[in-house]
Amino acid sequence: MTFWRQAREIARKDLVVEARTSEVVLMTAPFGAAALILIPLAIGTDAPLLSQLGAGLYWIVVLLFGVLVILRKSAVDGPAQTDVIRLLGVDPAARFAGATATTAFLLLLFEIILAPVVIALYNPDLRGWPWLLLILPLTAAGLALLGTIAVGVTAGLGTRISLTPLLIIPLSLPLLLGATQALEGLRLGRGILPWLVLLAAVDLALAVAGVLAARPLEEATA
Amino acid sequence: MSRRPYTPFVSAKTHLVLLEDAGLRVGPTVILQRVKLSLDAGEKVGLLGPNGSGKTTLLRLLATLQRPTSGGGTVLGADLMSNDIYRIRPHIVLIGHEPGLYPELTLAENCRLVASLAGRDQERAGTALELVGLAGAADRRARDCSRGMLRRTELARALIVEPRLLLLDEAHAGLDESASALVDLIADRVAEGGGTAVLVSHDAERLNVDRSVRVVGGMVEQAS
Repeated sequence: MTFWRQAREIARKDLVVEARTSEVVLMTAPFGAAALILIPLAIGTDAPLLSQLGAGLYWIVVLLFGVLVILRKSAVDGPAQTDVIRLLGVDPAARFAGATATTAFLLLLFEIILAPVVIALYNPDLRGWPWLLLILPLTAAGLALLGTIAVGVTAGLGTRISLTPLLIIPLSLPLLLGATQALEGLRLGRGILPWLVLLAAVDLALAVAGVLAARPLEEATA
Repeated sequence: MSRRPYTPFVSAKTHLVLLEDAGLRVGPTVILQRVKLSLDAGEKVGLLGPNGSGKTTLLRLLATLQRPTSGGGTVLGADLMSNDIYRIRPHIVLIGHEPGLYPELTLAENCRLVASLAGRDQERAGTALELVGLAGAADRRARDCSRGMLRRTELARALIVEPRLLLLDEAHAGLDESASALVDLIADRVAEGGGTAVLVSHDAERLNVDRSVRVVGGMVEQAS
């Protein structure tokens, strides 16, 4: 079985599980939306201030609540399921690719669900919005790659899964920086190419690191 | 079901499994020590011993899911310390304590996933479920099934993969008579096909095997 077919099967299995539990759509997304609703209540209804902060707050909520989306994956594959997959001879890199693809899709869905909420509540400047079609997937892919690696490291170290967010949050700073600065650049009418390049470069570096580390991390899990 | 051609990594005259003074230590805890074990083609071997004696860990070692920290050995001709283990893994089925099924998938979907990842025909999944008596429950999600049904579905995995080495932890635990007979049938099938079946149990009388070995305190003794 080819690498890509293995990755596709893993991704399809994860998507079927998600479709049946709807954890992202029914639980995580409303939770994230609630956070976006609570922030104006906490800092006041200063419309210009909210408009200025909207984009940054959106990405912070995506990052923090996106961790829940990432952790969902580790709940799907327990040790017994992982043993079965390993013994079926699935290439760990294909498993990494499949798991990352699912998580990236779910994170993108999460971002899309939250976008109308932030537009309605914060009234951010939507100049250059078509660029979001590039910024949202690049950020979702980066977080998914980072999250899949972090879940693998946590499992490999035999530590509690609660360590995963501690690995993801600091390492996601380049992604957060790229995403927020790209939106800020659009708002101010500046060029955003350097920030897009940063996002793409981080994604590429994480993809290479994830593929190379997949086998050692999986073997360390035993 | 047609048999998938097996490309052996061992000649007919060598052991399918050979452990030589294999030991496994996790931190300061010694789990297995100086294990000598050889398993030949066509054998059904029982693995007996009290709780915590190291049976499950030995099974994971045989499944190549863990490597020895001392000594060594070969499984299906692959040196346990080498990367050859990745090539022979698809010829091993381990059925452990916990079912390796996805609770949100149906029994049929679980079997189809196994068939697909193992590179077998999808039809084989349906046939295997029929053989273990679960054709009528194929569309039921695994989370809604009894322990016995999950165990039967795990046995279907062995029928789909047709392994060279079948490893069954607590082989008959929690199974009714017909399911127990199914375990023996599948173990027979593997042995008759030139493979080896290893069945772990607390209860020697329930095991229908050619010989047994006893694991005590992480060491292997020949029992019968």
